[in-house]
Amino acid sequence: MQVTSPAFKDNAARALADPGLQKALGKAKGAFLQRRAEAVARLPEFEALRDIGRDIKNHTLAHLDFYLETFAANVERAGGTVHWCRTAEEAREAVLKICREAGARTVTKGKSMISEELGINAHLEAHGIRPVETDLGEYIIQLRRETPSHIIAPAFHLNREDWEADFRRAHTDLDPNRVFAERRDILAEARAKLRQKFLAADVGITGANFLIAETGSSVIVTNEGNGDLTQTLPRVHIALASIEKVVPTLEDCVSLLRLLARSATGQDFSVYTTFSTGGRRPGDLDGPQEYHVVLVDNGRSEMIGTEFQEMLRCIRCAACMNHCPVYGAVGGHSYGWVYPGPMGSVLTPSLIGVDKAGHLPNASTFCGKCESVCPVKIPLPKMMRHWREREFERHLQPGAARTNLALWAWFAKRPELYRLATRAAVAALRLLARGRGALPSLPFARGWTVGRDLPVPQGRTFMAEYAARQRRK
Amino acid sequence: MSKEAILSAIRRGLKRGPLPADQRLMLEARLAAHPRHLIPARSRLPRAEQVALFIRNVEKEFGSVRRLADAREVPAAVAEFLAAQNLPPRLALAPHPELMALDWSSRPMLQVEARRGAAEDAVSLQHGFAGIAETGTLMLPSAPDRPTTLNLLPDTALVFLRASRILGAYEEAFDLLRAELGGMPRNVMLVTGPSRSADIEQTLELGAHGPRRLHILLVDDDPAALSAP
Repeated sequence: MQVTSPAFKDNAARALADPGLQKALGKAKGAFLQRRAEAVARLPEFEALRDIGRDIKNHTLAHLDFYLETFAANVERAGGTVHWCRTAEEAREAVLKICREAGARTVTKGKSMISEELGINAHLEAHGIRPVETDLGEYIIQLRRETPSHIIAPAFHLNREDWEADFRRAHTDLDPNRVFAERRDILAEARAKLRQKFLAADVGITGANFLIAETGSSVIVTNEGNGDLTQTLPRVHIALASIEKVVPTLEDCVSLLRLLARSATGQDFSVYTTFSTGGRRPGDLDGPQEYHVVLVDNGRSEMIGTEFQEMLRCIRCAACMNHCPVYGAVGGHSYGWVYPGPMGSVLTPSLIGVDKAGHLPNASTFCGKCESVCPVKIPLPKMMRHWREREFERHLQPGAARTNLALWAWFAKRPELYRLATRAAVAALRLLARGRGALPSLPFARGWTVGRDLPVPQGRTFMAEYAARQRRK
Repeated sequence: MSKEAILSAIRRGLKRGPLPADQRLMLEARLAAHPRHLIPARSRLPRAEQVALFIRNVEKEFGSVRRLADAREVPAAVAEFLAAQNLPPRLALAPHPELMALDWSSRPMLQVEARRGAAEDAVSLQHGFAGIAETGTLMLPSAPDRPTTLNLLPDTALVFLRASRILGAYEEAFDLLRAELGGMPRNVMLVTGPSRSADIEQTLELGAHGPRRLHILLVDDDPAALSAP
């Protein structure tokens, strides 16, 4: 996948000026928040479960080698095959090889972010195999030759008009004058179109929300049922999963499942939660003959033992981006790679390098909402700060930012001067404001005020106020 | 070998070599004991209330339930449901002994075929392994007499379930699975309501790729579950 993260600022500016995107973001913003809050309110144990979720993931990561080996052994005991892949190239090759050996012409796909990360579709297409996305959101994204803008709602950036126009453009065999009276008419058309694809596919590729060491199972969670059709109907099922998806037991998995749907869509449980273990058993009337797990590292193992290890707890619920004011303003595509929002701002620099993704951890107001809703309590703001430090250490920021920081630090280390300077700044801002409450523009900082106003200080400096209060006591 | 490379990178990060034998034993014991974590209190209820909670949760998720006093009433209940929904009197049936033993000839208008699901099926009847009251979820494991395609391909999915098989939490259902089936079948579906999608403007619509309707025929074989709260 093409990386545009270095152009985050331009991407964001374009996103803010895109009326269609702003309409879609405005419509969608409240829905996830309210549904999550209601689901959490219905489960008094939710907070306690967050601690448990965090502990399960920490325990697994501390023994990740053991649990991966156990998982692989149990997949093989159930008749499946595990393909260990260090890099994206290895994973793409492993998938292509399985598809070729199956003589595949078309491949159906369930929603998978790791597939986006690895660029599976482009690789298959380049080798004459046609991938068909079957998740409704992914389906339209594929029609539009776009990438998902959200990790659980790929078409978050689209409006109903876009769906109708794209379906008319793509489904040319249908009556061009047909009417889409309701959203469900769009859904029905996709269902009919994809039904044929499900039946024709030679291989089905899904992601995995969890892998279970105890049983050698891969778990997918969907509402549509497309993932299940993908892994049940074709002769071969490939589950793509990164190494941090493993959990020890079914009990560990269901504890995390209690957090996942509530945090993601605000459902108590998703419609289909399915555990796949090996291929078809003797006497079975359906199910795939072959079951493969493509187990992908692609940079995760390098995060272990670093200050970013806790990011590997992520269960990809998207609560952090749903609650993020930055994501809500600029949408997912601005982030320029697979993973947007706060989790993307931490994960993307780990996977593609802080030199390319340095803007992302800076695109945060540090309001802390992401950490407060994270079902496995990942300290996202703290880790974004770590990335800022690394960026500073590696001299990746623009010269002006470094000079200004150095200037600020010089004052901050000299409290008397610092107080004097802040007093002067307060007075100067008030003078500039001439009675107004906010400044629409500032000399030397036009870039900053283009998109926002600077509130004018209403009283004295913090230190002056503090000293006055101490005296009053 | 990529496997070795991944494992040694993990161990390098964890600042240790392969796990010592005593630690391995501890982890293996944890796997064997598969301890439960906190289970929400909501499903720990007297039997009758637990079954009522299951039904309430199925209905909250847009499924429907009909309670029957006896399994022998199932063919009539199926025929009535199909007629009421204006559906053709034809269904694909899981070849499970309990469903095969029903007297389908009592409803001669009803065409019943015991087989896997097919793309053109309008209606299926699956044999439910367990119900989970916590969220109104069905546990549907695959087996020669419980084909997975019956859960997915038809427009309307009917599920036969005995009230005695309704449990409180997911953990209890997995323990039942371990005890009765001796391990994981190829496929275990946990199904909560009919198929849906919210991909168009984050607005929920029923009937994505799976069944548009989910109807449970609940056979009241558990006297304790009957005393209405």
